[in-house]
Amino acid sequence: MPNVMSKWPVFFRSIAETLVMVGCSGALAFVLGLFFGIVVTVTKKGGVMQHTTVYQALDKVVNFFRSIPFIILLAGLIPLTRWIMGSAIGVKGAIVPLVFGTTPFFTRQIESALAEVDRGVVEAAQSMGSGPIEIVFRVYLKESLAGIARGTTITAINLIGLSAMAGAVGAGGLGDFAIRYGHQRNQLDVTYVTVLTLVLIVNVIQFLGVTVARRNSH
Amino acid sequence: MIVLENVSKAFETEDRTVEAVRDVNLKIERGEVYGIIGFSGAGKSTLVRCVNLLERPTAGRVYVDGVELTGLPERELRRARKKIGMIFQQFNLFASRTVAQNIAYPLKYGGLSKRRIADRVQELLSLVGLEDKERDYPSQLSGGQKQRVAIARALANDPGILLCDEATSSLDPQTTLSILKLLKDLNVKLGITIVVITHEMQVVKEICDRVAVMENGSIVEEGDVFSVFADPKKQITRDFIDTTSNLSKIYALIARNASIVQLKPGECIVRLKYLEKNVSEALVSTISRRFNIDANIIFGDIELLGDAPIGGLIFIMSGNGEDIDGALAFLRNKNVGVEVILDAGGGAGASERPDAQRDVEVAGVFQVHS
Repeated sequence: MPNVMSKWPVFFRSIAETLVMVGCSGALAFVLGLFFGIVVTVTKKGGVMQHTTVYQALDKVVNFFRSIPFIILLAGLIPLTRWIMGSAIGVKGAIVPLVFGTTPFFTRQIESALAEVDRGVVEAAQSMGSGPIEIVFRVYLKESLAGIARGTTITAINLIGLSAMAGAVGAGGLGDFAIRYGHQRNQLDVTYVTVLTLVLIVNVIQFLGVTVARRNSH
Repeated sequence: MIVLENVSKAFETEDRTVEAVRDVNLKIERGEVYGIIGFSGAGKSTLVRCVNLLERPTAGRVYVDGVELTGLPERELRRARKKIGMIFQQFNLFASRTVAQNIAYPLKYGGLSKRRIADRVQELLSLVGLEDKERDYPSQLSGGQKQRVAIARALANDPGILLCDEATSSLDPQTTLSILKLLKDLNVKLGITIVVITHEMQVVKEICDRVAVMENGSIVEEGDVFSVFADPKKQITRDFIDTTSNLSKIYALIARNASIVQLKPGECIVRLKYLEKNVSEALVSTISRRFNIDANIIFGDIELLGDAPIGGLIFIMSGNGEDIDGALAFLRNKNVGVEVILDAGGGAGASERPDAQRDVEVAGVFQVHS
């Protein structure tokens, strides 16, 4: 692995860049997706805060962003990214498009996790005098923890995939590292080491997700 | 006390309106066990949800203990619901919470300390006989145990009313009996008013004081259980009685002309039904002796409802025409329902089999309730 050996600092910096991108945009997408997923669920017809207008609007927006290929989103969002972050390049420049690319997907993951909560259980909570907010926290979120953990795992792994494309705006990261050296300079060992690193990261995430899901399934 | 005044509930679907409950008036007294029976789709589950407003009626008013629930703002309605327990066919326990946590659910935000909540949970567990299950998750319990947990949870805030929506419909017969017994015990011990929704006759027979029969969203018959079932006025009520009684088998026997119902001249098949609670006379032996006829009991179905016998007998009377008429008149005077189901006629030459189907219809016309 002569090529990798000579690039340890770049390699480690790439790992750090990937983790920062995935960590920051993942955290944001988690909060936003969780919120939107809950809103979609409760405003749906028959939901505990049924509201057709809100539901329809959110549903359409989510579908809209889910239809845009990430690489196009990356380019298309440049003005917005620059406005929010002050820069459209580097790790900073990648976070906004990554959040836009991941949140709609995670919203659907949350929506499907919450849909697993039996309507009858929600009804039972209502019969005991619980209001909508209490039902969200004490019934929906509590009952679907395992499903949320699974959805989060899938989304996080997806997000790592997306982050490989962020090299296009100069954000660096493992994907960029592999393309620049492994592909463009034909240094195959760089590609292999990168892939192994990604396999490792994905496995760690998968393991965490499965463990959380299992602990919360009864 | 629960009062429903002209309660209706309609559901709008894409192309039509479904009237699940139509103009129901109901009064359920404090401390009674009230049954609402109907086949599926009759609107009984919707009706019971109109009591705690899980379904808001499209018309009418709902009063619980003098408070008009239909007039309460959302927040106060939620507070009122804490005093109306409800259990369900599918139990609806929180799968991610232990038995103790399930029961503690409605106690949170009730101003009790953790210590008091734990004590209350123990109390409720022993009330339903599940002291040793507090750490189990619902998935580890049997159906009957799940329903006991659901009952404990529904009773956590000391409600005055317990609504049971098909609470025993997914349980086996033995477990059903044990849950019904528990409900009856709670009714007696706590004085709690219980409303039972069911499609099973047996449930009503077992624990209800009064019953309403529902069909197509309306209550078609109502009253104390004995009188409704001793003397049903509506076809649907008879259908329900038939589900647990074998007395109507006679019609099937006649229809296929079974050997047991083939009559000789001078015989007729009679169905006796007890209409009043105080039937204790030896009617069959009395008519045999007094009118010199033979009464051959084909089959019967008599059981106890509360402490009064209900049901009837099917028997073949044979003797001469006058004696039979006399015996029938005697029975009618005794306030029992008498129905001549099939009559071979008295005279000679009546050995020709009458058309069974026609006779069934005739029997319907001649049905007499004294």
